[in-house]
Amino acid sequence: MSRPMGDSHRRFLQSMMSNGIIGASQAKALHKHCCETHGAHYAHDRLDEFIDVINTQLQPMFMNIRKGMSEEDGLQYYALVNMAETDVTRMASDYADNELELFRKTMDLIVDSESGSASSTDILNCADSLQTKKLKKKETEHVLNKFVQDKWLNEKHGEYTLSVRCIIEMEQYMRVIYQDLIKVCHVCHNIALQCQICENPRCGIKMHLPCVARYFKGRSEPHCPACNDFWPHEIPEILRSQSQGSQSLSSS
Amino acid sequence: MTSSQVQRARENFSSVQIDRKVAEVVQFILVKDQKKIPVRRADIVKHVMKEYKVIYSEVMNRVRRTFEQVFGLKLEEIDTKNHIYILINKLEAGETVSMCPGNPKSGLLFVILSIIFMKGGVAKENLVWNTLKKLRVDSGEKHDEFSDVKKLVTDEFVRQKYLEYVKIPHTEPVEFEFRWGLRADIELSKLKLLEFVAELHDQDPQSWTQQFREASASESRT
Ligand SMILES: [Mg+2]
Ligand SMILES: [Mg+2]
Ligand SMILES: [Zn+2]
Ligand SMILES: [Zn+2]
Repeated sequence: MSRPMGDSHRRFLQSMMSNGIIGASQAKALHKHCCETHGAHYAHDRLDEFIDVINTQLQPMFMNIRKGMSEEDGLQYYALVNMAETDVTRMASDYADNELELFRKTMDLIVDSESGSASSTDILNCADSLQTKKLKKKETEHVLNKFVQDKWLNEKHGEYTLSVRCIIEMEQYMRVIYQDLIKVCHVCHNIALQCQICENPRCGIKMHLPCVARYFKGRSEPHCPACNDFWPHEIPEILRSQSQGSQSLSSS
Repeated sequence: MTSSQVQRARENFSSVQIDRKVAEVVQFILVKDQKKIPVRRADIVKHVMKEYKVIYSEVMNRVRRTFEQVFGLKLEEIDTKNHIYILINKLEAGETVSMCPGNPKSGLLFVILSIIFMKGGVAKENLVWNTLKKLRVDSGEKHDEFSDVKKLVTDEFVRQKYLEYVKIPHTEPVEFEFRWGLRADIELSKLKLLEFVAELHDQDPQSWTQQFREASASESRT
């Protein structure tokens, strides 16, 4: 049964359209704001049902609001996904052909890497051999900046990673294109790029860093949840933001 | 075309095909609107409608309904001669999303529109830049947030129909002035804007008699 859509839902959707992606705590605040603005019934624990109402109406338009976890902070995010174009072409209206090719190559590098990241040096080397049209060093840096600004990539100390928005929106595409190269996290079953890997060659499961932190919390001897071998990596701390999960609406 | 011809044309498409076409048109317009580019009917026909143009009205009626019922947006024809459309927010109360105050570009635009409004509908370019300079936005410098401010204001905002930027006749050297664009007229509440300015000056909106009269008048029109 599809419940009717009200102005509170429409306002929520409009905000999703202008933001592209928002954090879960931001989404909660927005849910409250939208219900209060339009005098709609507000139930704080019914955000996902509220979003389901919108998704039912979005379905025929091949759009969807989808939830996913950030590989970096372990927090939940909501992104507005376009299912008509599940691949990189959904960025086509914002980027030139050679910029899209650069994005694809960057994605290749990231998926191929063990760290789930690509260095700016490696990406700059790619830019030199684009088939569509070569990009100069300065241009490449500018385009990479744009990818970060538009929330497709993250950057830290010259290392680029796929953003949570990119993973939520392009999950399907990545599974088709990269097939076996793509592994999922043993804990949360989402695509795993930035993660730790079990060193037992017959096992080799992956776990996101925030998932590792949560999984091994309070255990003295970490063992692989699949093969029970000793887990040789450093166990990351649970991030403060991960446990509190507070992010204000104004931070958008 | 006669109605029976339309009827026959309609039968060439399954309802699934028509649903799909409606979705494509909606997406096409949404992408344009995201960049605040007005959409021309000719572009819709050429890039999306294609062989479905024989049932253009039927598809567009459903597109319109979808915008209103799902997105809370109204597809408004701002130029009936050349058939140019923009999306207008239909939701009452609260600020328009496209003008969300948290967005720095919106903030800048809001300030410029305020200057024009308080100047009685038209403001010389120099006045606008000088006022912005006091707010530490300099047209001649690269700005952290807006990078090229001059281009943003005189090109992007103009293309998006928020501002008009026109040459003042018989000026030597040439001078320009700003006016409100069509989209600003439709999307912005002048009363809200006056309240904003009044709050900045810690005064009552009614102390600007002329502006208050105009704002109230435009409010009752909509
Ligand atoms: Mg696209
Ligand atoms: Mg709008
Ligand atoms: Zn995980
Ligand atoms: Zn193992």
